[in-house]
Amino acid sequence: MRRSRTSRTLLTVLALAVALLWAFPVYWMLNSAFLPNVVLQSTTPTFLPFGGSVDNFRVVVTDPAFVQALAVSLVVTLTTVVAALVVAFLGALAISRFRFRGRASFVVALLLIQMLPAEGLFIAQYKMMSSLGLLNRSLGLAVLYTAAVVPFTIWMLRGFVAGVPADLEEAAMVDGLSRTRAFLKITFPLLAPGLVASGVYAFLQAWNEFTVALVVMTEEQARTLPLWLRGFVQASASRETDWGQVMAASTLVALPVIVFFLIVQGRMSSGLVGGAVKG
Amino acid sequence: MSTTPAVGAPPAGRRGAGTPHKDRPTRPVGRRLPLLLILPTLVLLVVALGYPIGWQLVTSFREFGLLQQFGAPPAWVGLDNYRSLVTDPELWQVVVRSLVFCVVTAVLTVLVGGALAILMNALDRLPRLILQVSLLLAWAMPVVASMTVWIWIVDWRRGLLNWLLTRVGVEAAQGHNWLSQPLSFLAVACVIVVWMSVPFVALSIYAGLTQVSAEVIEAATIDGASFLQRLRHIILPLIAPVLSIVILLQLIWDLRVFTQIKVLQDAGSVANETNLLGTYVYQLGTGKGDFGSASAVSVFMLVLTVALSWYYVRSLMKEDS
Repeated sequence: MRRSRTSRTLLTVLALAVALLWAFPVYWMLNSAFLPNVVLQSTTPTFLPFGGSVDNFRVVVTDPAFVQALAVSLVVTLTTVVAALVVAFLGALAISRFRFRGRASFVVALLLIQMLPAEGLFIAQYKMMSSLGLLNRSLGLAVLYTAAVVPFTIWMLRGFVAGVPADLEEAAMVDGLSRTRAFLKITFPLLAPGLVASGVYAFLQAWNEFTVALVVMTEEQARTLPLWLRGFVQASASRETDWGQVMAASTLVALPVIVFFLIVQGRMSSGLVGGAVKG
Repeated sequence: MSTTPAVGAPPAGRRGAGTPHKDRPTRPVGRRLPLLLILPTLVLLVVALGYPIGWQLVTSFREFGLLQQFGAPPAWVGLDNYRSLVTDPELWQVVVRSLVFCVVTAVLTVLVGGALAILMNALDRLPRLILQVSLLLAWAMPVVASMTVWIWIVDWRRGLLNWLLTRVGVEAAQGHNWLSQPLSFLAVACVIVVWMSVPFVALSIYAGLTQVSAEVIEAATIDGASFLQRLRHIILPLIAPVLSIVILLQLIWDLRVFTQIKVLQDAGSVANETNLLGTYVYQLGTGKGDFGSASAVSVFMLVLTVALSWYYVRSLMKEDS
């Protein structure tokens, strides 16, 4: 469509303004993370991090509480990713390669479960974990996370599994490979991008999750990174806060997420909206 | 816990797959194989979600307060928990507050997201790319990290918002604590949730818009249709499927909003007057130890979500078959 030059310029300006507005909080986090507290405490804000330093990051990284939370988050997240991939892969194989009785109900159940709010379940999950002695244990949290991400992971993976033609595998079997070997040699490599995308999805969910962690990780030593971040907010309610440190801490938590997110974004949103976009 | 069935499955699966292998190299491979494949999922979901849901349902019919926490047997009270909740004005306040918050936030999100999608569709490549990257950045932010930034922005002592408002002449903004009043608290929460949710909505609707053929629009323009007419008669009907799903998802997600409210409350507000359903259940359960009532409210939330999700699930199922 042709538009006049002025209207195109206007639209561009508008778009840049919106872009600026939306990215601003992210920028503000980075900016503040590099500024010393003295500068942040002044009455006029500083918009550029000139003269800043990485001191805030240094303080945060050497804080034993951060190291502990990082360790918990890493253990919980990695356990979730591995467990979710194994379980979801088998499930995706079942629903994309086989027509079995109960398949439709299984898929409906998955989709419905994926919508269940953690907030409608966490009290019961808390009681269950406490009676199993799994409160404040990374294993317990990882099991809850795995269950939470598996339904959508199956849904995401099933597209990838279906995308690998079964004929290819069968051709390899005709050429003399066993079913297992045909699968490992032919299908599995083709699935790698799907597994990466689903793995990153599970990573993002487990790394960012706050609600369930808040309920089942009650002790200070068991805090995940989001809970540790929240500790700063709680402290800010009662006393002056060193926002530079809080922003450095937030940046450290957000950085891996932003990187991974940009990798898989396309896959995730197409899974959510499904065929509605393709029309 | 979840590894046991996964480890147990392969040998049995191979046995099932092996026998019919010679005469029929393709499917159907033993009837049990697909069931073995979904077994780990089933076990996991039953243990981590099914059991808690069942417990919750049972507990919602029981007296389960602090006494029971310390070992007293929970007595059956029938619908008493539900009855006392339904007659509890506080719950109704929370329900109404949650619904209003949910609808206002979802509508704002979809309006802004839709407007941005239309804008993106009209843009040249470079400005569109810049806008998309900016939206993706906001979308990628972990919730709690976004919350700390926003709390810093609206901080009453040194926050950017108050500085900006004071600069443009709103003297009252100096030292104003936005989180101390329920209404401005929820407004702040609404802005934050909209900011977080718009990228998904905008990019999804934009993806829908790119499917609308330019020729059709051009033909309509030549025929003299105004922008609003084109929007209403051509664009909206064509993107209706994606639009309805996006609206539905926003309603469901904004109804269960928890993290944002909880963290904002931590930053210093009166929890009782700003609770939405999620934080209310949290307070009932972990704060007051009233698991019976907490379970009843949770059951209510679950039923509401499942009812709302039904259409969404059906539309996804269509794609599956």
